[in-house]
Formats: sequence, C-alpha cells, structure tokens
Amino acid sequence: MSESTPKLERRAAMASLLAGRGDDLLVVPGLGSTAWDLAAAGDNDRNFYLWGAMGGAAMIGLGLALAQPTKRVAVIAGDGEMLMGLGALATIGLQKPANLAIIVFDNGVYGETGMQPSHTQSSADLIGVAAACGFGTCLDVRDETGLADLAGRLTCFGEMLFARVQIAADEPPRVLPLRDGVALKQRFRAALGLDA
Amino acid sequence: MNASALPAWPDQLFDTFKRAGIRQVGYVPDAGHARLIDRCRADPDIRDVVLTTEEEGVALAAGAWLGGERAALLMQSSGVGNCINMLSLPRTCRFPMLMLVTMRGEWEEFNPWQEPMGSIVEPVLKLCEAEIYRARTPDEVEGLAERAVQQAFGDERIVALILSQELIGKKVWTK
Repeated sequence: MSESTPKLERRAAMASLLAGRGDDLLVVPGLGSTAWDLAAAGDNDRNFYLWGAMGGAAMIGLGLALAQPTKRVAVIAGDGEMLMGLGALATIGLQKPANLAIIVFDNGVYGETGMQPSHTQSSADLIGVAAACGFGTCLDVRDETGLADLAGRLTCFGEMLFARVQIAADEPPRVLPLRDGVALKQRFRAALGLDA
Repeated sequence: MNASALPAWPDQLFDTFKRAGIRQVGYVPDAGHARLIDRCRADPDIRDVVLTTEEEGVALAAGAWLGGERAALLMQSSGVGNCINMLSLPRTCRFPMLMLVTMRGEWEEFNPWQEPMGSIVEPVLKLCEAEIYRARTPDEVEGLAERAVQQAFGDERIVALILSQELIGKKVWTK
C-alpha cells in the first residue's frame, strides 16, 4: 500500500459509507474489526454481524445478493477475512450479481490478534486479484473523495463492484454487536418480510 | 455403461430439489454428481454456483437463507473436510444446510489417497451435529432425500445425505 497519503480512519470511513443508507442496503461485515466498525456506525436489523466463519463473508453476500436481487448487498470485511476467502472472488466473478459490492477495509495487518503484518502490506494486491477474477469495477479508495464516490455507488450501483479502502492500522475501542446468531438471523429475515 | 442403463436416482434427486423449491445449488464438480449438476445447470429457476472450495457453499447457503431462498450443496467426501470450520455458521445460527455427499475411499477404491478423508466423513459430520442419512442402493435415494429436505428446512438443521460409493460405481482408471 502507498505510504504517500495519510490513511483513512476506519470508523469515520464506515460512517461515511453508510451515511445515506436506506432500507434496501443489506450489510455483511467480516468477523472482528469490521463488525465493530459496523456496530459503531449504528445498529440495524439489516446487518448480519459475523463473530466467526472467517473467510465466509463474501460468499454469504453472494447467496444473499442472488436471493434478493432488488436489494443491494455490501460485504465490508478486513484484508485478513478476504485473504482467507480469496477463492470467493473467482466464484463471485463468475456469477456477476449486479447488486453485490465487496469492500475490503485494508490496513495490511491482522489487527484483532496483535497487528501482525498481512499479505497485503507488502505483496498481495487485492484489487489486482479482484480484477483478474472478473470484477469490472475495482476502486482503490484512499481519501474522502473516493469514499464519497463509493458511498454514492452503494445507493445506486448497477453492477458488481470491488473496492479496497485504505485505512490506517489503528484499533479503536470495540463496539460489540448482538452475538446471538439465531437472533441475528431472525431479525434480518424479519426485516426482509420473511418468516423468522 | 450405456445410455439405457443410466441410473434414475440423480434425476430423482433433481426432482426432489424442484419439489423442495431449491433455488441455489453450490458445488465443486464431482463425477458422482455430474448428472445432477447438469440438470441444475439446465434449469432456469436454479442458480448453479460452481465453487473453488466446498466451504464457500456453506456460506452461500447461509446467505441464501438470510435472503429467503433455499440452497443445496453438492460435494465429494473429501470436500466435507473443507467445510468443518464454516459449519460453525449453521450450527451457531441454525441455518438449514442440505449437503449431498458422494463417497470415495470406501468401496473398490483405486486411489488410496481418498481413504483417509472418506473413512471419517460420518464421524466428522456427527461431531458437527449434522443429521446423517446414507443411501446404499438406488431405490432408497429418493425417500432419504425427501427426509433430508424436510429435516434441513423444517428443523433448520445441518443434514447430510451420503451417497455410497457402491451406489455411484467404480471410477474407471484405464482407457
């Protein structure tokens, strides 16, 4: 990742992305920091927080996006979560659901476990992987202008997209969401008008 | 095997999917599931999702259910091992998880590398709190598939229908 520009602050970045959120946006964070970021931005029945299942966020997003083609689905996960499920980018790149955005908050470290360097810090290029897997729109978000552009796309995007958001490697206080998986599932489905 | 001798059970599995309203089918290609995969791919109301690894399918099915659709996963016995941690998702959240597993490594197996995983499919799935049905003969496939569907979606459980290697037949290694 470039060292030339100051990195975005993760909580502010999440808040900016979801500032104009409507009821038709469904959000799946990764486990760990992005789940805390999402909770800090304001709880919502249309969030499905993960407390485990590392590597599964993008594929949960795919199943959801295929099942709810009139809704928009944003997976917002960390670089470690995305690295564990890199194959999902190939799977999603083949399916091309127009209503799915895969957004990676990339700080180049495994923050939840003690800031160990991740593969993206010096070598792995997630945008390159996504592009090579068939994502036609790949955004590299480094500043407020890029965040505003991405936020706008979340309200009206008409094609599958991938975005890397370059965030600073900091660790704001944890904001813990509901962790009862059955309750999370039921309230999410109820918000979509499905039987709990 | 000539065309007239094609077994009926893969088509019965497909018919069971249709009756159950399955809309997403995730799979890592497998010769034992080839006919069922072809039927799913040809059906405009079923989204076939080829996976790079079986655990993707567990997450896919969870997402499908969150969005109100039913999914099924097709895999070979070796793929069960790839699913273990991801099965914590349906266990914790009680997502319906319908898995159809074709067996290798248990009958007339030429490849000894299939045996380690094949031999532990059932105990591993039991440890994951899956309900397990095993079809050994063609005539019991459809009935067991119906029960598996009812239990997976009715009780929101992990349910595996295991298709014995003897049912599928030998893999031919010589031309």
